[in-house]
Amino acid sequence: MIPSSFEYHRPASVSEALQLLQQYGEEAKIMSGGHSLLPSLKLRLSEPGHLIDISRISDLSYIREEGGVIAIGACSTHNAIGKSALVQEKIPMISQAALAIGDVQVRNRGTLGGSIAHADPAADWPASILASEAEIVVAGANGTRNIAAGDFFTGIFMTALEENEIITEIRIPIPPANTHSAYLKFPQPASRFALVGCAVMITRSNGSVERARVAFTGVSPSAFRDNAVEEAITGQAVNADSIKAAADKAAEGVDIMSDHYASQDYRKHLAKVYAKRALMAASN
Amino acid sequence: MGSIIGSSVKRVEDKRFITGKGNYTDDIQLQGMTYAYIIRSPFAHAKILSINTEEAKNAEGVVAVFTGKDIADSGVGGVPCGWQVNFRNGDTMKEPLHPLLVVNKARHQGDGVVMVIAETKEIAKDAAELVEIEYEELPAVTDAKQAMEAGQPLVHDDCPNNLSFDWELGDKAATDAAFANAHHVTTLEFTNQRVIPNAMEPRSAIGHFEPATDKYTLYTTSQNPHLTRLLLSAFVLGLPEHKVRVVAPDVGGGFGSKIFHYAEEALVIWASKALGVPIKWTAERSESFVTDAHGRDHVSKSEMAFDADGKMIGLRSSTAANMGAYLSTFAPAVPTYLHGTLLQGLYTTPAIYIEVYGVFTNTTAVDAYRGAGRPEATYLLERLIDKAALEMNMDPAELRIKNLIPPFDGVNQPGYETKVALTYDSGNYEPTIRRAMEMVGYEDFRKEQKEARENGKYLGIGFSAYIEACGIAPSAVVGALGARAGLFESAQVRIQPTGKVSVYVGSHSHGQGHETTFAQIVADKLGVGVEDVEIVHGDSEAVAFGMGTYGSRSLAVGGSAIVKSVEKVLEKGAKIAAHKLEASEDDLEFANGQWTVKGTDKSIGFGDVALTAYVPHDYPQGLEPGLDFSSFYDPANFTYPYGCHICVVEIDPDTGKVEVKRFIACDDVGNVINPMIVDGQIHGGLAQGIGQALLEGAIYDESGQLLNASYMDYAMPRADDFPMFETDRTVTPCPHNPLGVKGAGEAGCIGSTPAVVNAVMDALSPFGIKDLEMPLTPERVWRAMHSNGSN
Amino acid sequence: MGIPINVKVNGKEYSQEVEPRQLLVDFLRETLRLTGTHVGCDTSGCGACTILVDGNAVKSCTLLAVQVDGAEVTTIEGLSKNGDHPLQEGFKEEHGLQCGYCTPGMIMAAADLLTNNPNPSEQEIRHALEGNICRCTGYHNIVKSIQYAADKMQGKEVSHG
Repeated sequence: MIPSSFEYHRPASVSEALQLLQQYGEEAKIMSGGHSLLPSLKLRLSEPGHLIDISRISDLSYIREEGGVIAIGACSTHNAIGKSALVQEKIPMISQAALAIGDVQVRNRGTLGGSIAHADPAADWPASILASEAEIVVAGANGTRNIAAGDFFTGIFMTALEENEIITEIRIPIPPANTHSAYLKFPQPASRFALVGCAVMITRSNGSVERARVAFTGVSPSAFRDNAVEEAITGQAVNADSIKAAADKAAEGVDIMSDHYASQDYRKHLAKVYAKRALMAASN
Repeated sequence: MGSIIGSSVKRVEDKRFITGKGNYTDDIQLQGMTYAYIIRSPFAHAKILSINTEEAKNAEGVVAVFTGKDIADSGVGGVPCGWQVNFRNGDTMKEPLHPLLVVNKARHQGDGVVMVIAETKEIAKDAAELVEIEYEELPAVTDAKQAMEAGQPLVHDDCPNNLSFDWELGDKAATDAAFANAHHVTTLEFTNQRVIPNAMEPRSAIGHFEPATDKYTLYTTSQNPHLTRLLLSAFVLGLPEHKVRVVAPDVGGGFGSKIFHYAEEALVIWASKALGVPIKWTAERSESFVTDAHGRDHVSKSEMAFDADGKMIGLRSSTAANMGAYLSTFAPAVPTYLHGTLLQGLYTTPAIYIEVYGVFTNTTAVDAYRGAGRPEATYLLERLIDKAALEMNMDPAELRIKNLIPPFDGVNQPGYETKVALTYDSGNYEPTIRRAMEMVGYEDFRKEQKEARENGKYLGIGFSAYIEACGIAPSAVVGALGARAGLFESAQVRIQPTGKVSVYVGSHSHGQGHETTFAQIVADKLGVGVEDVEIVHGDSEAVAFGMGTYGSRSLAVGGSAIVKSVEKVLEKGAKIAAHKLEASEDDLEFANGQWTVKGTDKSIGFGDVALTAYVPHDYPQGLEPGLDFSSFYDPANFTYPYGCHICVVEIDPDTGKVEVKRFIACDDVGNVINPMIVDGQIHGGLAQGIGQALLEGAIYDESGQLLNASYMDYAMPRADDFPMFETDRTVTPCPHNPLGVKGAGEAGCIGSTPAVVNAVMDALSPFGIKDLEMPLTPERVWRAMHSNGSN
Repeated sequence: MGIPINVKVNGKEYSQEVEPRQLLVDFLRETLRLTGTHVGCDTSGCGACTILVDGNAVKSCTLLAVQVDGAEVTTIEGLSKNGDHPLQEGFKEEHGLQCGYCTPGMIMAAADLLTNNPNPSEQEIRHALEGNICRCTGYHNIVKSIQYAADKMQGKEVSHG
């Protein structure tokens, strides 16, 4: 449980962090809360020469409303997000996902930016980040760019983040008033990561579904939006039958992971069950 | 006597633990201490072609690097096994060398290959990366039954079919005859899966040789420091035992895994002698997963025969018991004398036969884990009975009660002679079962279950009635059965001149609360306060001798040794009191801490007698001064706690997830000294037993890699996996020890596992499912529910 | 190469140079010799190393010592002056510990819970202990210990059963 030696840097600003990243290139790792990175350093699965600790950059920890968007600083902890009254009121799914992560100790330290940059296929965040159609704001040597959530998660532990970029903010559009959302997971019994996690956001008008967003984590090597479920429920009146019919379309035609806690077909089944449950939860 | 016995005295040891002042092995820091890191084989089975330690040796801060060859060249062999079980045909047990570090071949993932010692643990770990080891990976075998087949890889070249021993017990002919005449036979083929003990404190050892005095001190995470000293001195390193001190300070849980003498204990002593500096080694959890002895891992085929009335008329079983790559300290005893001998259970089955094969595989060694053999026996019996009840369309509770051994107290009625070599001490089984049924509200539950099923909810109830052999053990008996040690216990009771009491006992405490329970016994018998009694344990220099803590033996054996010494104190005290009171000893009575001349108000307190013993001015002629007695207690028999556990589960039909809704445990552990502590022991055992049923289990791949060797993958039971437990007791005292106690440490773990599995099978009965392998993971249950298209 | 940090541990200020890779738990146990904080695993899963940083429960095995520069750390040794914090009392009264190894982490996790939720239900307590493993107690008496402390901290009558 002893990491390899590294040099430690604690930049005071994003630009200073970017300079360090530029300087040390592949040798460097960005650390925010450290709850994705340190576990792998301790087991020496990762041995960076330079650690750039961005957690003290004060303008990376905030949760605020900005003209129809909830803007969350990348270094905001899961707990801060989960407990935010603003988040709870506007997009409960995001709060539910935050509070479903790990345990209280992890939520007190781990950060949204750190978690999505790590892109663990079983992490809780990606499903609700996708379903909320968030944008990930990243800073690089040539300025900042916004990456749509749908373009961000590219594979197992892989994202659209370039090596010299840092996530600075996650921007989550505030949905219309007649929208309900939910995140539910079936935890892996040992790690409590998501064996299957499903985020659902439904906007209704005149009793039927006008717009649906359904996303999964834990099912595939990369989190994904499930268009088949979304399409199946859109335009439907919300009831047990329509939900069941839509949920049954979940996780079809995607690459499904398998491990000793869930084979492919069980995982696929769980995806349907959790699609159903999350749709139900978002319908009440 | 007073009311201290039987009362829930709060634990005296707690203060140091709740304030962070416990003293665990890894907390100990010695002057000039160095740190060992052990490089372990990443392969389950591999030839070691070469080892290059040069670069590591030359790294700054590295003190030494040792290989298996260095150890072997010094004339040191391996870690011994403490129990010999021979082949049925009389051939001697195969007991291959278990080296401290391997030389030519690694036989399981985690086998120690190189030890790096450095000034800091960071340097040791960094330097380990500089050691180059060339392996040639070999095919591995991990399953015990498969390992016995022809053509499988041999773990040890000189052990054909990977057999260490085979063993049998019971009357084969009579049993076969019973089966031939049976009205109904129930068969179960199953694996009692391998579980990993996971005491929360990882193992640690500090070796300290002091050249100036030629003394060796070993601090270690051990359940039995004296036994470790004996093995280390006499069998491993050949050290003068009187120069060896072994200290087991506060130990963070054991559950069996810290009974055994491990290679690292010998390594740090050996290297400290070689280098003249103290050396600490502490396991990382991933090391614990592959080096702490595992538990269970039996593959069995078992059958139970019934007559037309549902009476059990025969039981036979064949088990392949996985020993792992080497024989751990007590490994051969677990599937044999601690398992086969318990197959009578609580029932009158007249014919029983079992055979057991002890098999080597390319896995971590398997040895005693909480219950050790008895949970496997209980699982076998209680699953068979439930399956039989289902097949014969009988109520599982009534089928058990119908076959119970009638009551006997072991005093007015003799003990019960089983068909498998034991004599039960005392038992009154039916009231315990009835009480558990009353606690759960059995009849009401069946109604609730029926309604629930109509609403698509799957509730189930499962019974388990167990008996265990504890208070291990009469030395002569176990000696005849192959034990290479006696299993008595020692205790010294030293009365200080002021009347305060120091007790030195061989039973080590690592969570059991001995410092409280033992003090209660002494306080009660001597009429002093619990706070006036200090319990000293865990240091071979302070305590005369000890066989340690396992097999629920501390109170029954260690406690009895204390009682013997207390009685000697009182006997001598009475002589002193008689002298001081100018009365005859026969006219004295001792109560509430004083001797009184019967029928008078003349009395003398215990404190005055103690002081007189050390200031013997006015003193009986010919009597030695002092008040300090040692005793060794060797039990007359095992003790036989028993009980009935009932589990209620609900299954989520969508996911297959099993929720334990209620768990009822009614146990009979004989007399109880501290009910709070007994309840705590039961709770902890239940969690481990339920954990095995639902969550835990080692998973090896074909190459012998342990796939779930961390808390990210090995499902440890957590707080939200359980309801509050419902416990109660009946009391049937043990007739053959002075406290009437039977032991409570393992009961929860022995009884609970089959109760959970039976409950799940009951819930699944509408699906026609009669058996599933543990752990009952959601996928396994879901798959079973959907296997025959019932849903 | 050492990095200077200033940290307040159990009310006492320390100015110390630490190696960047030193984990906070090693800093506490080995540098400050506060050995009440334990290490039970290497994958941030067991919670034995739980302490409070600025009042929040964290796993000290998953923080570098450099990360607490400027912070206030409370370990089991600093929870109370005389070992009489209601949680410490609760664990003793309700037999919430056996071997004692997980206990400091349990108590510190529970301290975080009771700060944020002074009157938790049984289920809330069990959920709050998700990050802490105990192998001895089956959690039954740990739950009761925390209920005891919650009652006591709210001035309710506690049963000395």
